[in-house]
Amino acid sequence: MALTLQHLFRKNITTQYPEKRLQPSRRIRGQQFVWRVDLCTGCATCAKSCPHGIIQITTSKNGENRYIVDKIEFDTGRCMFCGLCVEACPFNALYMGRSYEQARYSHRLLWADKEILMAPQDEVSAYGHPELEERLPKQTLLVYGQFSQEMVATEND
Amino acid sequence: MGVWDYIVDLFVNVRTDWIEFLQGQGLASSLVVFLDGLIGITLILMFVFPTVIIFIWLERRFIGWIQLRPGPNRCGPFGLLQPVADAVKVLFKEIIHPTEGDKLILWIAPALVFFSALMLFAVIPIGEGSLGALSDLNIGILYIVAIGSLGVIALFMAGWGSNNKYALLGAMRAVAQLISYEVPMVLAIIGVVLIVGSLQMSEIVGKQTIPFILLQPLGFLIYFLGALAELNRSPLDQVEAESELTTGYFTEYSGMRFATFFLGEYINTLVVATIVTTVFLSGWKGPFLPVWLWFVAKVFAVFLLMLWMRATLVRVRVDQIMAFSWKFLIPLALINIFITAGEVLIWDEWMSGWESFPWPFIFVNWAVAAILILLWSKLFFKLGGGRVEVREIRDRYSQGYGVNPSAPVP
Amino acid sequence: MDLDTKPLVVNFGPHHPSTHGVFRMRVILDGEVVVDLEPIFGYLHRGIEKLAEGRTYTQNIPFTDRMEYRVSMVNNFAYVLAVEKLAGIEVTERVEYLRVMFAELMRISSHLTAVGFLMQEMGAMGTPLLYMYREREKLLDLTDMVCGQRLTHNYMRIGGLSHDIPPEFLPAAKRFVREMPGFIDEYDQLLKDNEIVLARTKGVGILPVDMAINNSCSGPMLRASGVPWDIRKADPYSVYDRFDFDIPIGTVGDVYDRYRVRIEEMRQSVRILEQVLDQIPPGEVCAKAPNLLRPPKGEAYAHIEAGTGELGYYLVSDGSIAPYRFRVRSPELLNLAVLREISIGWKVGDLVVILGSIDINLGEVDR
Repeated sequence: MALTLQHLFRKNITTQYPEKRLQPSRRIRGQQFVWRVDLCTGCATCAKSCPHGIIQITTSKNGENRYIVDKIEFDTGRCMFCGLCVEACPFNALYMGRSYEQARYSHRLLWADKEILMAPQDEVSAYGHPELEERLPKQTLLVYGQFSQEMVATEND
Repeated sequence: MGVWDYIVDLFVNVRTDWIEFLQGQGLASSLVVFLDGLIGITLILMFVFPTVIIFIWLERRFIGWIQLRPGPNRCGPFGLLQPVADAVKVLFKEIIHPTEGDKLILWIAPALVFFSALMLFAVIPIGEGSLGALSDLNIGILYIVAIGSLGVIALFMAGWGSNNKYALLGAMRAVAQLISYEVPMVLAIIGVVLIVGSLQMSEIVGKQTIPFILLQPLGFLIYFLGALAELNRSPLDQVEAESELTTGYFTEYSGMRFATFFLGEYINTLVVATIVTTVFLSGWKGPFLPVWLWFVAKVFAVFLLMLWMRATLVRVRVDQIMAFSWKFLIPLALINIFITAGEVLIWDEWMSGWESFPWPFIFVNWAVAAILILLWSKLFFKLGGGRVEVREIRDRYSQGYGVNPSAPVP
Repeated sequence: MDLDTKPLVVNFGPHHPSTHGVFRMRVILDGEVVVDLEPIFGYLHRGIEKLAEGRTYTQNIPFTDRMEYRVSMVNNFAYVLAVEKLAGIEVTERVEYLRVMFAELMRISSHLTAVGFLMQEMGAMGTPLLYMYREREKLLDLTDMVCGQRLTHNYMRIGGLSHDIPPEFLPAAKRFVREMPGFIDEYDQLLKDNEIVLARTKGVGILPVDMAINNSCSGPMLRASGVPWDIRKADPYSVYDRFDFDIPIGTVGDVYDRYRVRIEEMRQSVRILEQVLDQIPPGEVCAKAPNLLRPPKGEAYAHIEAGTGELGYYLVSDGSIAPYRFRVRSPELLNLAVLREISIGWKVGDLVVILGSIDINLGEVDR
C-alpha cells in the first residue's frame, strides 16, 4: 500500500489528448496516402504489392512513351496500413501521410481518389523515405519523461 | 448569537429555529412534529446528495491520481459535474426487463436498497445536542444494525428477480457474505457500547473525550473490515466481482434503476463512513472548526482510506472471505469484548470515572490488538486460512458430470 | 443434511469482462465450484492460414501481425525465419542482433500485459495494470520510432528489416533498459508482498509436469511446472547462443509460479537486452531478397520462443510466389488445452485467475 501512496503524489503520465498532443514518430504510418503525380509512371507496382488489393489504377498511353494515370483510388477503409505499397514504389511517388485522425461516418467517404491523394492535409511521413527524416519534428518519447518535446539524449546517456 | 456561532452548529441551529418558529405559530403539537420531521429529512437530503456526488467524483479522481492519470476533468471545474452528467445520461437510457424476470421484485429491489440506506441517517448526530439527529433514538446503534441488514433482502431480490445466472451467483454471495460479516460488526460495536453504557448515538459521541479508535483499536479494525464487506467494496467485493460475475446481482439492471442501485451503494458507503466517524472517531467533536465541518472532514478521511485500499488490494476469494469472517474476525471480536468488559470493571471499581484520562488502557489495548492480530493470523494460516483442498472435489467429480457438446444448454 | 441440488450451466463469454476477447467457456458449476468446463473458441477466426495461401511471401508479413497483436514483431520474426529457411537466405549480423533485440522487447511487453491482466482479474482495480502499461507505452514508443506503428509493426522483411533503426533509437532503448529493473522491482513490491495475492495464487491451478508435457504446453506455462525448456537454449535460433542468460523455472506449477516465472523472465530479457545493445554491429539491414520471392519446392518449420511459448511457422512451397501451405503452431491454443484439467475443482474466482495465468490472446488462438 505504501507504493500506491507514493504514486499518489507522482506526476500524471497521461496527456489531455485533443489539447495536448504527443509528437508521433517520424515514420508514422498515418491513415492517408500522398501521391505525387509528377513522379508516378503508372507502373502499378503498388497495386500488385498490396495484400488486400485495394489500390485501383487505370492508365492510358499519351504517345510519348509514358503512361497517364487516369484513375488511382485507395480504399482506405479496407487498408491495413502495412506500408508495403510505399516500400514497393520504384519511383518514390507514394508516401504515407502523417495524419492519424481520418475517421469518417461512412465507409464510402474513406475512398481516397486522385484529388485527395494529391492534396495532402498534412506533411508526408518518412516511412519508406529515410531522406525525409531530418525535416520532420522529433518524436516525443515517454522514456525521457512526460512532456519532453525535445529529445535530450546523447550517446553516453 | 453571532454569525460564527450560528455557523458552528449550522444544522442544529437551523432546526431549532424552525421548531421555535412553528411553536410560535400556535400549531397543533402533532403538526409541529410532522413539520419538524420534514425539515429534518430535507436537511439530511441536503447533506447526503451533495456528499454522494462528491464521493463519486472523489472516488474516480483519487483512484485516477493513484494510477497516474487525472481522472474525469472535462465536465465543469475539475470535472465536478461528471456525476451529474452521468446521472443525466443514465436517466435517458432504456430500462430493459429480462423476459423471464420477476418484474415486481425487480422494481422493488433498487428502491429498497436506496431507502434502507437513507433511513440510517435518521439517528446520526451531525451536531451537538439531541437535535443533531432527526430522531435521537435511545436504541440508535440497534436501529442502525437492524435497518442496515435490510439491504441484504433487496440484493437477493435483485439477483433472484433478474433470472440471470451471474446475478443469482452474486446474490447468493451477497447473502452469505453480508450475514457473515454482520456478526463481527455487531460484536465490534458492543465493545464501544460497553464503555459508554448506552446505545444512544448522541451519548456515544458525548462520552468520547478521546476518539474510541484509541481505546478500541481492535474494534475499529473489525468494524471497518466488516463494513467493507457489507459495502461490497474492494478487497471484499466478491458480491459484484467484476472479473468473475460481470457485476453480480445488478447485471440485468439498466437506466434509472441501475442508477438507484449505484446511488444506494454510495449512500451506504457514506453511512458506514459516518458510523465509523461517530462511533470510533468522536463524531462531530473537534477544536476550532464548525462541528459539521469536522464531521464531514472525518467522513471523508474514512472514505479516502477505503479508496486507497480499493486502489491497492486485490479481491479475496469467496471461501477465503467467509473463513476470514468466521475464523478470524469473530474470535477476535469476542476476545475484544472480553477484554473491554474487564477494563470497564476495573475502571468502575478502582479509577475515578471519566475525569482522568484512560492512558493505561490505550497502551494495553494497542499492545493487545497488535499481539492478537499477529498470533491469530499465524494460527489462521496454520488452520488452512480458508484454502480449500481441491483433490477431494476433483475425485468426487472425476466420474461426475460430463459435458456433452451436442446436449442442449439447459 | 443432503439437499437436492442441480448443477448450474453458466456461459462465461464470449463477451465477459475477463475472457481476454471473445473466448467462451461453458462451465458447469456446483454452487461456486467448477465441476466441468468446455472451452469454445473460434469467435475471432479470420482464416489467416487460408488467406496466406493466396498471397505472396512478402504480403503475408502484415497478416502475421494480426495474430498475437500485442507482440506482433515476434510473429514477424518467426515467419521470416521460416521463409528464410525455406529459401536459404542469409541475413547480416546487424539484422540478427536487431531482431533479437526486438524479440526481447516484445517479450517484456507480453509479460507486462500478462501479469497486469492477471492482477486485473483478481480484482485490482487496474492499478498494477496501469503501472505496467506505463512501461509498455515507452516500449511501444520505441517500436513506433522504428516502424511507424505501435501495434501492427510489419517491421521484418525476408532477408532483413524494412528500415534501419534511427540514430535516436539506441540512446532511448538504453535508457529504457537501464530503468526497467527498477520498475520490475516496483511491481514485485506491489504484488509479491501482498498477502491477498499470495492467498489467491499459491497452490491454485496446479499443472503437473507430465500433464504439461503431454499437452505440449510451452513457454512460462511449462517452465512454471519445472521443465527448463526454452527454445532459445534448446534449439538456439538467430544469435541467441551468443548471450548469457538463465531460464527461470518454477517448482509447483501453480498460478504463483507462472507469475514468478514471467517476472523473472522480464529480468532475464533485460539482461539479454543489455548485452545486445552493447554489441550491435554496423552493417546493412535492408533486404536483398526479391519482392516476388519464389522459394524452391520443399517445406520448412521455424520456431522461436515467443512470450507465451513456442511459436512455430510451417511453410510448404510448391515453387510459386505464394506458400502452398501456411500453418502456425500457436502456443496459446495449445496452452489453453489444459484449461479444463487445471481448473476443475476450483471456485469461479479461481477460474478467471487460472485463465489469466495462461495468458491467452484470442487473435492467436483463433487465428
